[in-house]
Amino acid sequence: MTTTAPPRTREAWARFAGTAALWVALFVLNGRFADWLVSLIPGVTEDGRLGEVIRFFIYDTIKIGLLLTAVVFAVTVLRSFISVERTRDLLGGRGRVVGYALAAALGVVMPFCSCSAVPMFIGFVAAGVPLGMTMTFLIASPLVNEVAVILVAGSFGVEVAALYVATGLAVAVVSGAVIGRLGLERWVEPFVFAVRTPTARGGAPRLDWADRFAAARVEVRAILGRVWPYLVAGIAIGAVIHGWAPEDLFARWAGEDDPLAVPIAVLFGIPLYSNAAGTIPLVEALNAKGVALGTSIAFMMSVVALSLPELILLRRVLTVRLLATFVAIVATGILITGYLLNVIV
Amino acid sequence: MELKVLGIGCANCQTLEQRAREALLQLGVAADVTKVTDFDDIAAYGVMRLPALVVGDKVILAGRVPKTEELVSLLAHESPAPEVER
Repeated sequence: MTTTAPPRTREAWARFAGTAALWVALFVLNGRFADWLVSLIPGVTEDGRLGEVIRFFIYDTIKIGLLLTAVVFAVTVLRSFISVERTRDLLGGRGRVVGYALAAALGVVMPFCSCSAVPMFIGFVAAGVPLGMTMTFLIASPLVNEVAVILVAGSFGVEVAALYVATGLAVAVVSGAVIGRLGLERWVEPFVFAVRTPTARGGAPRLDWADRFAAARVEVRAILGRVWPYLVAGIAIGAVIHGWAPEDLFARWAGEDDPLAVPIAVLFGIPLYSNAAGTIPLVEALNAKGVALGTSIAFMMSVVALSLPELILLRRVLTVRLLATFVAIVATGILITGYLLNVIV
Repeated sequence: MELKVLGIGCANCQTLEQRAREALLQLGVAADVTKVTDFDDIAAYGVMRLPALVVGDKVILAGRVPKTEELVSLLAHESPAPEVER
């Protein structure tokens, strides 16, 4: 380790700066580019309905693609500074309020494949992290992830995305805190507390900036590669709906006035399992056809936060009673969020 | 070399095992590849993110599925040859 940046690091930063400049240029020129592309299509004018739909599709695809690239890149670089092990150590020695907030925040930046839910649960609880904080972490991670936030922002606007993040974090914190308050440790399978898990782990690789940027590039490619079909489909559906669908298709039975709409949406969402990228196009379509926003968001939260496959996995470490309590508490949180959003938006 | 793939059978875990076997083949290293699917055993390695790779008793990778080339260099590092250099 030397104090002056090695050529590798300098090169990585130069490449990063170049890419960032290109990103800004693309973002700024996107509107004009979409206009230009539409003008090339024979027989379609920008002012006509078809022109508007095509322009919306091109503009939004590029915009969301760019936003997703930037956010996934930034989050991956951020994530390279923290590890699950460090997260656990951070949470171990915290007081209530700071601990829960931290657990939710760390859950957001530390997504994991649902197959990691159980080993993380064991690792956290066995190392002395309180049950409630562990649950907050496990709820926040799928509920508020960066891809979901960007897609919500793209579909519903920045204000709704901010509300989504705030309410998602609140659901995670409150649900975890309630589980912690109820003292449900006795409903955790006993073997979890008996597991002796090594906490000191040597051999963590030392990363430089070139490594961090490289990892972020790989992640951007992986996530965009996985998400783009949903994204394009979602934007296409959105574009068509904005152009043609009748505004009040669902408004009669799932509009703001129907008190049963939110619980039905949450109930439907639990057995369904999909990631945020797969759900948002559907949610946007529902919303555009008259389902109230709070109801739509509640449906989406229920799909991503409560999934049957993950519950089956968690059954290995949680008793049925605790699982049922967990589902009930999180579902109640989502329910309240849905009603709240229906009232204030 | 004794290589263990820690995972519970999800798609990522299977991809990792497949790539690890490929990497070993490219390296020409004879290895005993076993799968660890039990949560107790996984926890005993201190692993919290799946899938993970363990050589002997050392966790060399957790929570991601690298490309085969990266696995080749990772595993080359763990095979006996570099020990001689030290």
